[in-house]
Amino acid sequence: MTTIDRTLAPDFKAIDNITLIRPEHKKLDNGCNIYCFNSGDQELVRIEWIFCNLRFNVNKPLLNMAVNTMLTEGTTTLTAAQIADKVDFYGAFLQVDYGYEYSQVTLYSLNKHLHHTLPVIVDILTNSTFPEKELETFKRNQQQKLQVSLQKNDIVGRRNFNKAIYGDTIYGVGASFDNYKALQRDELIAHYREQYQPSNCTIVIAGKIEPGTLTLINDTFDKNWTNGNTPADITQPEIVPAKELFYLTEKADALQSAIRIGRPIVNRNHPDFQPLQVLNTVLGGYFGSRLMANIREDKGYTYGIGSGLGSFKQGGSFSIATEVGADVCKAALAEVEKEINILKTELIPDEELSLVRNYMLGSLLGSLENVFSHADKFKSIYFAGLDYDYYDRYAATVKSVGAARLQELANQYLNFDEFYKVIVGKY
Amino acid sequence: MVKFNRFTLDNGLRVIVHEDNTTPMAVLNILYDVGARDEDPGQTGFAHLFEHLMFGGSVNIPSYDEPLQRVGGENNAFTSNDITNYYITLPSANIETAFWLESDRMLSLAFSEKSLEVQRNVVIEEFKQRYLNQPYGDVWLKLRPLVYKEHSYRWATIGKTIKHIEDAKIEDVKAFFKKHYNPQNAIMVVGGNITTEEVKQLSEKWFGSIPAGEKYTRNLPQEPEQHEERRETVTAKVPLNDVYIAFQMGARLDDDYYPVELLSDILSRGHSSRLYRSLVQDKQIFSEVHAYITSSLDKGMFVLEGKPLENISIEQAEAALWEELEKVKDTEIPADELTKVQNKTESTMVFSEMSLLDKAMNLASFELLGDADLLNQETAKYLAVTAAQIKQAANKIFRKDNSSTLIYLAEQAEIMSESAFSELEN
Repeated sequence: MTTIDRTLAPDFKAIDNITLIRPEHKKLDNGCNIYCFNSGDQELVRIEWIFCNLRFNVNKPLLNMAVNTMLTEGTTTLTAAQIADKVDFYGAFLQVDYGYEYSQVTLYSLNKHLHHTLPVIVDILTNSTFPEKELETFKRNQQQKLQVSLQKNDIVGRRNFNKAIYGDTIYGVGASFDNYKALQRDELIAHYREQYQPSNCTIVIAGKIEPGTLTLINDTFDKNWTNGNTPADITQPEIVPAKELFYLTEKADALQSAIRIGRPIVNRNHPDFQPLQVLNTVLGGYFGSRLMANIREDKGYTYGIGSGLGSFKQGGSFSIATEVGADVCKAALAEVEKEINILKTELIPDEELSLVRNYMLGSLLGSLENVFSHADKFKSIYFAGLDYDYYDRYAATVKSVGAARLQELANQYLNFDEFYKVIVGKY
Repeated sequence: MVKFNRFTLDNGLRVIVHEDNTTPMAVLNILYDVGARDEDPGQTGFAHLFEHLMFGGSVNIPSYDEPLQRVGGENNAFTSNDITNYYITLPSANIETAFWLESDRMLSLAFSEKSLEVQRNVVIEEFKQRYLNQPYGDVWLKLRPLVYKEHSYRWATIGKTIKHIEDAKIEDVKAFFKKHYNPQNAIMVVGGNITTEEVKQLSEKWFGSIPAGEKYTRNLPQEPEQHEERRETVTAKVPLNDVYIAFQMGARLDDDYYPVELLSDILSRGHSSRLYRSLVQDKQIFSEVHAYITSSLDKGMFVLEGKPLENISIEQAEAALWEELEKVKDTEIPADELTKVQNKTESTMVFSEMSLLDKAMNLASFELLGDADLLNQETAKYLAVTAAQIKQAANKIFRKDNSSTLIYLAEQAEIMSESAFSELEN
């Protein structure tokens, strides 16, 4: 056997082309848009019904969430138990999920059972009743969960941080015990009627779509599903961040302190967003990032630290989050500040930047695991009002943005003194 | 159906190849047949600490992560009571980098003192973050020693105490490596847009020259059958009371594994399950309730957990759980209900084939059980289970004298009135 030199890394290839599957589009007569991604070998599909959230009301912050979560709790023809039974019997998975901007219903089903599982979805979307008893159970159980959440430092940190940078909007305000107690069935029903109508719905189908599937969807969701009299109000109140930058919640017996710092920032639609993604990756966006290398791998202050960019319709956020030993909270913050300042005063070395470029392109490629991931990529741009050019620009930016430009961005956006800082534990 | 090819190198390394040209990516997964169960009782948490040290540089390559990230790859690892598993995903064109990195750390680590010191601290922070600084975080530290008296499953993967991690020495690290990290104790799965020929050639090139090492023969004290009811009550800074009831059950390869797993589905999988419907929806005893099994290679645990509502006493909560257990002991599951959990399992198997990494990990796990092809026989085994077998298994497991009950009582904590706002928990 020939001896090999194990100190030398094998040759590697840069990633140059990333091919995304693009959907076929059709629009139903009732105004609902359908996007189809037909690919894959397994005889199954994922179907998502996605609805914009209604305008946020700070006095009733839970309506979007409560309506979505309770969709599976009963209709005029099926009880919660019957809904669960039907879905489970056919080996399907039914999920309801809500986010800041959208609420959705997702069905994972084997193709052979779709004609049994789809009617359940129609029923949920058109005939949900939000029964009083189930609502009481929901209110009570959610309050119990909230009690547990409020004991977790990282969760309290995130709540305080979001409140500070997003103010009285759906991004900033969430549940209090009183909000749960105040939920009323008639308000849920009114909200449901307005939000869950076809003109406010986008259907995304991914998987091995058989010829009959689309006809089935068409028959099930066009003819039997009509719009109400009032279109959904999906405008949102303006974000007004807090003036105060520093928030400390002291916990006398904390072993660790949760830290979350950052600021509002541009969103995906702004030309600076993609180069900022590169800058963020260098700082705290991957395992080999500067924050991880310094604060975990060199100092051993934490199990993990990371930074991230969030992008929403109305804006974006930059944040750094970690949980550190309570005795090293100030020391960890000082190291974070140091790393930020290095980004502002020194150019990122070529070797590090080329590593980050390759890593980010590899991540993009790796995130396209199956047809579901292609659909997810589509949703990110579609709902932000962007085109597939976005991903071409992303790849080009990752490959070419220069160290000088990144330093400029660091100076423009990352000023430690202007960051919101939230600590839960000991400081 | 997950197709694969298989070969073994002269040094004993088992290699499985799963060709999947629908992706531009590749996965290299290495399972080492060592877990927390192989630790010395005086040095617990070591398998997991060691997993961290595997990223601290190997004999010829000072940094593990950096060269991988440079070729667009990502990696991670986990340690359980049974195994330690490492995986890389990267563009398939760069698969050789994964061979280079994984073979060098199988050959030998750098054994750096600095790396040991830092990873000791990191793991201690992990201990605090996940087990001590969380409500109910220490449940496994308490429940395991209640269920196991002899077997090394009596400690959690993180270890019994932070002290054991603080005390780890570089000599211990070297000895652990020599004992467990050699080709004979490993199973490698390479999947994705690669060919078997290519994998054979790269495996020979990078792993072929690694010495076979000594074969580790596992000889663990087995857990005797339990014949007395066990119970522990703790008062803790938790917001709500919590009830855990754990039972000893069979090992992963025992015949009744499949009926028992379906039994846990019947009790607790999804909103059509018995515990949810009866105890959360109808009788309103719990705000949440779960049942699950640990799927351990040696004697496992069947665990019930529920957080009772505030107006429900611990006694009522326990009685309600037992009432449901008595039902599955007394009466066979109706045919429809059995078909339901079988269908769910079948479609779960199909959905898991959507993920390359899941397929690779599954092949490795089943090869450890004796044959990677067992993966493709799983569905049939679940579909063959009868209601009579489930009833029999329930009677065998759900006995008072086979139970270990752990109760968390909530210390009256301060009311968090200032928290009038929040983010919705996703």
